[in-house]
Amino acid sequence: MAETVVAPPLRVIPIIPELKPDAMKDVRSFVANEKIQTAIGFPGQLVDDWHDRAIGKMGELLEKYRSLKVYMDACVHCGACSDKCHYFIGTQDPKNMPVARQDLMRSVYRRYFTVAGKLFPKLVGARDLTRDVLDEWYTYFNQCSECRRCSVFCPYGIDTAEVTMAAREILDTVGYGQKYTNEIIGKVHSIGNNLGLPGPALIDTLQGLEEDVKEDTGVDVRFPIDVQGAEVLLITPSADFFAEPHIDSLIGYAKVFHAAGISWTLSSKASEAGNFGLFIGNYDQLRKIALRIREAALELGVKRIIVGECGHAWRVAYSFWNTLTGIGAGAEDPFALQLQRQLDGRYRQPTHICEFTWDLIERDALRFDKSANDQYVVTFHDSCNVARGSRMGDLMGGQFEIPRNIIRAVANHFVEMPENTIREKTFCCGGGGGLLTDDLIDLRVKGALPRMEALQEVAQTHGVNFMATICAICKAQFSKVLPYYNFDRRVVGGVHQLVSNAILLGPKQ
Amino acid sequence: MAGTLMALLFYLAVLVFAGGLLYRIAGYARTPAPLKIPTTPAPTTRSGVVLRMAREVLLFESLFKANLWIWGFGILFHFGLALVLARHLRYFTEPVWGWVDLVQPFGIYAGFAMALGLAGLWARRLFVQRIRYISTPSDHLMLVLLLAIALSGLSMKFIDHPDVVAVKRFFEGWLQLSFQPFPDSALLVLHLSCVALLLLIFPFSKLLHAPGVFFSPTRNQVDNPREHRHLSSWAAARYEGEGPRG
Repeated sequence: MAETVVAPPLRVIPIIPELKPDAMKDVRSFVANEKIQTAIGFPGQLVDDWHDRAIGKMGELLEKYRSLKVYMDACVHCGACSDKCHYFIGTQDPKNMPVARQDLMRSVYRRYFTVAGKLFPKLVGARDLTRDVLDEWYTYFNQCSECRRCSVFCPYGIDTAEVTMAAREILDTVGYGQKYTNEIIGKVHSIGNNLGLPGPALIDTLQGLEEDVKEDTGVDVRFPIDVQGAEVLLITPSADFFAEPHIDSLIGYAKVFHAAGISWTLSSKASEAGNFGLFIGNYDQLRKIALRIREAALELGVKRIIVGECGHAWRVAYSFWNTLTGIGAGAEDPFALQLQRQLDGRYRQPTHICEFTWDLIERDALRFDKSANDQYVVTFHDSCNVARGSRMGDLMGGQFEIPRNIIRAVANHFVEMPENTIREKTFCCGGGGGLLTDDLIDLRVKGALPRMEALQEVAQTHGVNFMATICAICKAQFSKVLPYYNFDRRVVGGVHQLVSNAILLGPKQ
Repeated sequence: MAGTLMALLFYLAVLVFAGGLLYRIAGYARTPAPLKIPTTPAPTTRSGVVLRMAREVLLFESLFKANLWIWGFGILFHFGLALVLARHLRYFTEPVWGWVDLVQPFGIYAGFAMALGLAGLWARRLFVQRIRYISTPSDHLMLVLLLAIALSGLSMKFIDHPDVVAVKRFFEGWLQLSFQPFPDSALLVLHLSCVALLLLIFPFSKLLHAPGVFFSPTRNQVDNPREHRHLSSWAAARYEGEGPRG
């Protein structure tokens, strides 16, 4: 299938594309098998009473989540979001318009939970939950990357990600889960990370890295793991341990710690920053996966927790860790206080690696040879979960400024992509939210279209040849789809990859 | 007879409107938001959130970012409606409040703005392919209803005046549960029936966007998750027994 996938042509003028109904109706992510489902506590296959259970679950979620309750009612079908989704722009399938995607669920909500939909279903667009509707849910709620771009533009702040998460939660509850995401959640519990890299292999990899960096720089940069009493626990996506270009950023973090003289450690228990529990909207999984980090922090007795370059992981860490695990500040309950008393309250908990590096740069604690990045004209791709679901630093919008500040501090040539494709309006890479799987390659290539158009523009006008980003999924997705758009796959890389190139490790001259 | 019917219809409509709306608002208020999900960049203080909400509700900030046509027609309609409503207060107050007196002349233009806004929104619904695709029959009918209210109102101002003194007497009586004669005007019957219908369907329809926006977690949450531990009631209760290590 991958061979037949072709990138859509770049638009000369970025007009809103025409609708092509059902264009993506046959692009269905693989369904999870019994083993994958039961491993994480969901029914192995579609249950017989799926209809009643689905409606029951929906009612439960409507009581538990204000977002879902308000968003099911508030939409007026104004169309503000209708041209904002990268998957709609790339596929032209109208059901990939955020409002239409929401309506797949809203129509069922109206039928079972509202007076108007019970009495006059046709009038208000309400419909029964049939098997066809359930299949349609599976197809199109697995064509949403939960990037929240639509929520920026909605006059009521309706966030399709919340609806998608609820839909996936309902689908999982009736035994209709997605293979890719649920398999990975199983791995994180059984092995410790999403890529299924066992502890010994991880230790081996890190030793190899120490040798590589020694060879490269002549300096003994350490990659410590499971070190009791280290100052910093680094939680990073497991792709950083061996995937390209991710690994170059891991080397960058290690060099920063080395140059700053701060003791740090990885954890074999919590060797994964990613938390796919977010993608399936399941609170228990979200919490259970996050608790591994709390446990590692308590066991190792660290004072600070720093998170590596990973978009959704940073959203979970920044926005949810305090709620789920107590990693943060300001708690009054014993569960959270146990950890918060251990952590050093002078620092933000958790800290993003970019916050950490930028603080050091501001204090003049790091030295760079910027010319080491002179072969690059750099641009920055804001990752959706960082841009629209988190913050860095103390000021609103710090998540945009701090990575850019770092890039400017370590490279001489930096240009921005067009204004409507960056910062809060950034386009998803096309592979986020549990869609980074080969069975969705067609969707991924098409979903990357708006970003590829923006990149093409600055490549042409400014000669941009490096797109820095701070997300493991963005890096993996772009490495895969860039060639479809006639770019070299190495055009994408991490911010700390640039840091790694430019940082000076020797003693101060 | 017509007067009694109209008065009863309005008691029913107002009762359903107020009761229904309170019920829905209570439902939104009661439902917890278990996680911090503001769409960032978001304000880091409560007062910042009040400002963000004010920009959203008064200026339609997000819609402005999204689409200038929808924003323009939306502003024309909603601000027109607000002024028209203010102008109508003269039928319910005696003596008429000073500021209501002041807005009278603007209220007339506002009627046109309202109708123009509605017509623009409906044209988009009919002719823009994407918006036609997402429109249900009720989306169209809602605009028809609002247009009927606006146009019947404007017609009474510019074409066929009803006896407005009698209208005022009717509503002052209505406020005090006393049935007064209803002026003989078909346009007025149409106008008021449509208004009553609008009140009746308000709590059951997408008009809930009006209270809903105030409860939208992506807009009304403060961005301070690292500084404050945010816990919903059900999440706290669910994991209470698990001990300090989770």
